[in-house]
Amino acid sequence: MSRPILTKSPLRKIYTLPTVIAVVSGVGLVFALLGDGVWDVMSWLAVGLPLGVAAWVWSRTIERPRSG
Amino acid sequence: MTNSALRKWAWVHKWSSLVSTIFLLMLCITGLPLIFHHEIDDLLHETAHPAEVVPDTRPANLDGILEKVHERYPGKVIQFVSWDDDEPGVLYLSINDSVAADPLTNQFARFDANTGAFLDEPDFSGRFTMIMYRLHTDMYAGLPGKLFLGLMGLFFVAAIVSGVLIYGPFMRKLNFGEIRQNRARPVRWLDWHNFLGIVVVAWTLVVGATGILNTWADLVIKVWQYTQLTEMLGAGKDKPVPKKLASLEDAVKLAREKLPDMEPQTVAFPGTVFAGPAHYVIFFRGNTPLTSRLLKPVVIDGETGAFTDMRDMPWFVTTLLVSKPLHFGDYGGMTLKIIWAILDLVTIVILVTGLYLWIARRRAPADQALELALPSIERSPA
Repeated sequence: MSRPILTKSPLRKIYTLPTVIAVVSGVGLVFALLGDGVWDVMSWLAVGLPLGVAAWVWSRTIERPRSG
Repeated sequence: MTNSALRKWAWVHKWSSLVSTIFLLMLCITGLPLIFHHEIDDLLHETAHPAEVVPDTRPANLDGILEKVHERYPGKVIQFVSWDDDEPGVLYLSINDSVAADPLTNQFARFDANTGAFLDEPDFSGRFTMIMYRLHTDMYAGLPGKLFLGLMGLFFVAAIVSGVLIYGPFMRKLNFGEIRQNRARPVRWLDWHNFLGIVVVAWTLVVGATGILNTWADLVIKVWQYTQLTEMLGAGKDKPVPKKLASLEDAVKLAREKLPDMEPQTVAFPGTVFAGPAHYVIFFRGNTPLTSRLLKPVVIDGETGAFTDMRDMPWFVTTLLVSKPLHFGDYGGMTLKIIWAILDLVTIVILVTGLYLWIARRRAPADQALELALPSIERSPA
């Protein structure tokens, strides 16, 4: 039987950070098209944001290795 | 989302991924060196460089360069003259047996745009980057190959969208970026797959969608030829190819006067696919990172050298032209290229872990299968 499995608030919470990262990196893709110099740097930071987040998650898994 | 909707999206994610993964892997692997094709070509192949000149040097007369080409390649014709986007001061000449010949069979000669001296004649056909390029764009199968890869791109986009939709239900008991380190390997890779997939989603969607657009480039150009180009040529579309061509130097000079804020990028000679039978079409580009990707065609009579027409490209060509840098990542310096390459590698990880999870789920013992299944589906009766 179909039943709603997701109440509103936890779902919104789950998607908040991913949405912010997607919007920032998506807008960043346009930055470098708009100009050179500072636009390029802003683009690197924004498009590189997901990599920064991934590196942070990775470093946490190395710091806290598997226990048992 | 209802349980049944969730099942449907999970089904879409599984099958769109399974159908396209092997081709997406190929595209990611061949695309990686293509990000750096210029650097790789410089490294692997001897290339002559143009002479250093002081700024505002008057460029060499184009007619003089054409004469040198005719001396060097007797009996051949010129299809296109292009100003190199990457290396200022270099002119590319595309040469073939006839103007109507398939541009894919062109040979190339490079000239110094300032001194007019011959530089070299690069042969791209056997190059590593060209092999990667052909595999990446059409798998050596021409238009059908392109359209097939475009279809795979559509499956890829479907996999991304459905993946985003089922991400939420998977993450109900997990924090963002949480990797369950103490669980079995498939669970750990599931967490990595979900996390990496959602964190790079903007990039994979943009590169996927612009890649699909690029597979339609040949068709877009055909439509442009039958619509705007035909309109610009007017009655000239039925004229024969002139025996003697009007001066190219004068034609470019005239077009430059019409568009003082733009730079010529390519000249298509009369009779070639991008021109009229009796007209030059000179494509101009702008000077900013964005407008340098956009082209504006100027039509010049190939017999009299008279200005005929000029227009902005229609929206569908502009869309294609803007989609190119967003796919190649070549518009923000070396740093952006490196970011592009790492994102490409991350995409490979997502593809491989996805495939691994599909296999692991099929092989998993019953207790583990539960953890790999969607949290909601596991509780619903089979």
